[in-house]
Amino acid sequence: MPSSEAVEPRFRAGDRVAVRAAYPPGHVRTPFYIRGKTGVVERLCGDFANPEELAYARSGLPRRPLYRVRFRQTDVWPDYRGADSDTVDIEIYQHWLEPVP
Amino acid sequence: MSDHHIDPRRAHHDMGGLSAPAVDATEHDHALWEKRVDAIQMLLSNKGLITTDELRRNIESLGPDAYDQMSYYERWIHSVAQTMIQRGVITVEELGRKISEIQERADAFL
Amino acid sequence: MTVDRHEHVASPSRDHEESHRHPPRPDLDDTLTYHRAMEVALRELLIEKGVFTADEIRRQVEDMDNRTPAQGARVVAKAWVDPGYRSLLLSDGGAACVAAGLDRGLYKLVVVENTPDTHNVIVCTLCSCYPRWLLGLPPDWYKSRAYRSRMVREPRAVLREFGTEIPDDVTVRVHDSTADMRYLVLPQRPAGTEGWDEDRLAQLVTRDAMIGVSLPLRP
Repeated sequence: MPSSEAVEPRFRAGDRVAVRAAYPPGHVRTPFYIRGKTGVVERLCGDFANPEELAYARSGLPRRPLYRVRFRQTDVWPDYRGADSDTVDIEIYQHWLEPVP
Repeated sequence: MSDHHIDPRRAHHDMGGLSAPAVDATEHDHALWEKRVDAIQMLLSNKGLITTDELRRNIESLGPDAYDQMSYYERWIHSVAQTMIQRGVITVEELGRKISEIQERADAFL
Repeated sequence: MTVDRHEHVASPSRDHEESHRHPPRPDLDDTLTYHRAMEVALRELLIEKGVFTADEIRRQVEDMDNRTPAQGARVVAKAWVDPGYRSLLLSDGGAACVAAGLDRGLYKLVVVENTPDTHNVIVCTLCSCYPRWLLGLPPDWYKSRAYRSRMVREPRAVLREFGTEIPDDVTVRVHDSTADMRYLVLPQRPAGTEGWDEDRLAQLVTRDAMIGVSLPLRP
């Protein structure tokens, strides 16, 4: 029996993070449009079984930390035509995030 | 088909940021059969026989044309059926025979 | 194009009936399409195998029919009158639902608050995640390609199509419901509602305001 069924959180609110620019097939909950983009952790949502595994009726354990990450729209879309302060907030699993110095 | 769809790395369902026409906000009541699909999925989920991610993954696995042409609950019932086959709750043969039986029953009624 | 916009009609009592006032889909209950046959077949097979009963199906359909935006509206109205409840709603959405006598729901609820300088709007680009236990089934447009594609990229243009103009000095935050959270927008309380009780306030809270594509009704 594993001593812990959840991976330790690596990030906290306020941390800058980048979404990995990886493009595997399979059931992925990190949208294509946000791969490779940099944002700021808005909150740790908790830990959850990995949907990439649940999709194949596997346990999805150990649970992974899930974050809400906030991105400036002007960083996401080169031609964004709204206000500079506009954001898009997305839930992203820890294994899709890298720290940004 | 716009150029956006040609990036092979972008799965068909993963559509955030693609161009599309104006949102058509007309609404329809759900048909009873659609509500039953929803109910079937909820009950199976409550009984631990399907996860939301299996439902999603089997929808995502539909080919692009099927995904676009099928209605929302057509995609759902197809996905739930696939999941039940994957889980071994039903067999392909059983489902095939039953669907034929249902259709014959309906034809006989007309 | 003609669009059905109940939210902007000044008769609040109509809006919670909106799901019952739309034309039923034509022909669907008369023709047995391939997928309709699949539904019957799967259901009968699963009943035969003892996975569930016909009665359970019936009760589940009724349960969903009883879920309407009125549940969400109650939670919003409560937050408008009670600052303590508002804090709870923003910090622990599930606990706030329970405190209002509602289901906690199977997913974690994140409530995002509109303020004079921030407007929130919800989308699920990957599928159709939606706080069903508070709002009932999502509208067709929420699940449409057009909404899912465009809301993250050009929210202000899409909001404009819904008749909602957000000034440039107000930040628009789009929430893409990608994983295990479900979202509800806590709209700003309309002016001119001082002294209103929760029931009266709830009448102003439309489903579309809780998704964020519209503002609540005005008194």
